[in-house]
Amino acid sequence: MHLRNLFAVVMLSGIYSLLSAGIFVQLDAVDVAFTEAAVGAGITTILMLGTLALTTDTERPPVKRQWLPLAVVLTTGAALIYGTLDLPLLGDPSAPANLHVAPRYIEQSGQEIGVPNIVTSVLASYRGYDTLGEVTVIFTAGIGVMMLLGANRRRKRKKDQP
Amino acid sequence: MIDPGLYNYWIVVVLMMAGFFIVISHGNLVKKIVGLNIFQTSVFILYISFGKVTDATAPILDEAYSEYSNPLPHVLILTAIVVGVATSALGLALIVRIREAYGTVEEDEIIAQDPDS
Repeated sequence: MHLRNLFAVVMLSGIYSLLSAGIFVQLDAVDVAFTEAAVGAGITTILMLGTLALTTDTERPPVKRQWLPLAVVLTTGAALIYGTLDLPLLGDPSAPANLHVAPRYIEQSGQEIGVPNIVTSVLASYRGYDTLGEVTVIFTAGIGVMMLLGANRRRKRKKDQP
Repeated sequence: MIDPGLYNYWIVVVLMMAGFFIVISHGNLVKKIVGLNIFQTSVFILYISFGKVTDATAPILDEAYSEYSNPLPHVLILTAIVVGVATSALGLALIVRIREAYGTVEEDEIIAQDPDS
């Protein structure tokens, strides 16, 4: 947090992303780990490095110490920790999240969809509309990025040819 | 006595608060995006840890196993990771434009240049 060199900050965030992919493997979420390692650690780091290349890679030192953000963060954190005390334990098979639709997916997706990977069958078939919505979001974000960066390039070209 | 089986939530809370602190305490816009990413990953870990079942295996059907972890959080987080990258890309593009318009990526310098705010 005290690093002023943004290049190092971006590299550390890439390493953090890769470590979290390791956590996902440990928690049996292999598909998520693949995606996090490829997209989170790879593409995000590249995008950030691109931004640094287009802007600046050093942060100006802060003007003053900030105690208010620290106080806000500690209070919120304490409230959240208090809130976790009622939650189901890690790995509990009878936790509410594991009782609703997940058993049906696990028992029947093999016959209904015919793909061994349950995550794939849920993603592409049972919750296909979610994935369609995801594609819409990515498409919109892509258009947004193109408009933000493309409009600027057009203006520069106009400036070059008066 | 507090049960140690809750430690996954505490890791999530610590990571979440680290991301939150970066977002609200730093004026540099690139660092704010990094903070948001850390916050986001903490939520991913929260969801994935909901789906973990002790002694179960990854949710890929095989004759040798009968216990699988909950596949539903995995699906939701797969979607969330990709959407997160899309929103990060949009934020970074905004930063590039802000830098071209104001010549800086520090929040207070931008506010100082804007007489209306």
